[in-house]
Amino acid sequence: MRSVSIIGAGCTKFGERWDDSLRDLVVETGIMALEDANVSGDEIDGLYVGNMSGGRFVEQEHIGALISDCAGLSRLNVPSTRVEAACASGGIALRQSVLAVASGYSDVVIAAGVEKMTDVTGGVAADALAAAADREWECFFGATFPALYAMIARLHMHRYGTTREELAEVAVKNHHNGSMNPISQYQMEITVDKVLRSPLVADPLRVLDCSPITDGAAAVVLAPTELAHKYSDAPINILAAAQASDTLALHDRRDITTLDATVSAARKAFGMARLEPEDIDIAEVHDAFTIGEIVAIEDLGFMEKGEGGRAAGEGITAIGGKIPINTSGGLKACGHPVGATGIKQAYEMVLQLRGEAGKRQVEGAEVGLAHNVGGCGGTALVHIMSR
Amino acid sequence: MGTHCEKCDEYYYPPRTICPNCRRNAKMEDHKFDGVGTVVTFTTIYNATDDFKRQTPYNLAIIELLEGPRLTGQVICSPEEIEIGMRVKPVFRILWKEGERGIIYYGTKFVPVEGWV
Repeated sequence: MRSVSIIGAGCTKFGERWDDSLRDLVVETGIMALEDANVSGDEIDGLYVGNMSGGRFVEQEHIGALISDCAGLSRLNVPSTRVEAACASGGIALRQSVLAVASGYSDVVIAAGVEKMTDVTGGVAADALAAAADREWECFFGATFPALYAMIARLHMHRYGTTREELAEVAVKNHHNGSMNPISQYQMEITVDKVLRSPLVADPLRVLDCSPITDGAAAVVLAPTELAHKYSDAPINILAAAQASDTLALHDRRDITTLDATVSAARKAFGMARLEPEDIDIAEVHDAFTIGEIVAIEDLGFMEKGEGGRAAGEGITAIGGKIPINTSGGLKACGHPVGATGIKQAYEMVLQLRGEAGKRQVEGAEVGLAHNVGGCGGTALVHIMSR
Repeated sequence: MGTHCEKCDEYYYPPRTICPNCRRNAKMEDHKFDGVGTVVTFTTIYNATDDFKRQTPYNLAIIELLEGPRLTGQVICSPEEIEIGMRVKPVFRILWKEGERGIIYYGTKFVPVEGWV
């Protein structure tokens, strides 16, 4: 197996991109990533794209061929594959690309992610997202996506004494980080009070506990480490790419307040990289809901189980804290175009590890971790990278 | 109706064809659950998908049946009344309708068992 590096990265502005189609977003991010990587089209020999639900959001499937076509690669007949694992589709695209390069099958591979979500009404979007849960045994009885995370939150609060304010602190921190990120959907800071006064979605979760509906795309370009310096002065090395699955339905989990898929993927990733959680300088984790970040930092080993609630309020996960989490603003503030999220996390890691993250730069960041979840834990991915 | 693996004595609802404990060595049989269970965790939904909008706010819970398996279902009571540990029993109800003139879906919801505390 060959070592793999990221030689270029790009990401569109996240938000409600009324004037742009899925195709526009893909082209925009593709150009950014390829220019950054300094590669020409005929060097590309593979393309993976994460996309959750083109069929529901824009009535377009066959996204693999579409984005290869939009990127101007159709005449080169480059193999292009769309992968799907709900909100982890981007993470899967990244890992599949790593495998393709590591195996020696391909040299230069693009890992992309895209979702265009604002062409449908809120109700249709909510139902499309609910398809990440168990349609027959959860949604059929009225489950929504926030409802499943709300049930995780309720039990976490009941069992570990996590408070409503601690959930809000996660949103406050991530909005603060997002306000320093030019691509972030939300540029405004919020307060705990504002979170607590926002409308209830699924008790105890309120609107400002939830990630938004977002349009956006991201792409990274991979090459074997041995060739990386040909393209980039500052390649980022991928030390681990791990993936795990768990039951689709939340009620079937071994423990409702633990995402075993995260625990398993993290264990594999730390093993591959020969690192411990203490060795990680910075991480992007899957905060589709505020409780998601609390559970993630426990399951990844940054905090003891049940202790995750206090991390944001005490500054442990702030920029400048012991383990800065979601410097991009996370899914919460930067936005959550579901298929693009896993790639955007890698994009943020590339900026941070190169020292190009501007006002939100974590000083001396050398090793970063990206954690992407599909559904409420049916799939999880952990990537570890270093400069 | 669910299933029971005679080999490892585990009960499954929804029914499974393959026992995750014993896999190929499983010996599965049908099992009719009593349906009484306990609320493990819950939420009250204020913002639902279009099919469930007219029911909001409604309670949704993960319920653990006496035999062990867990499932997701609505609990018919006020948001103030539901709590973790509450004993509930199943009732047959309309779950949702495909608009005014579409298909009506029936299934199981839950109600509190009287004097459960």
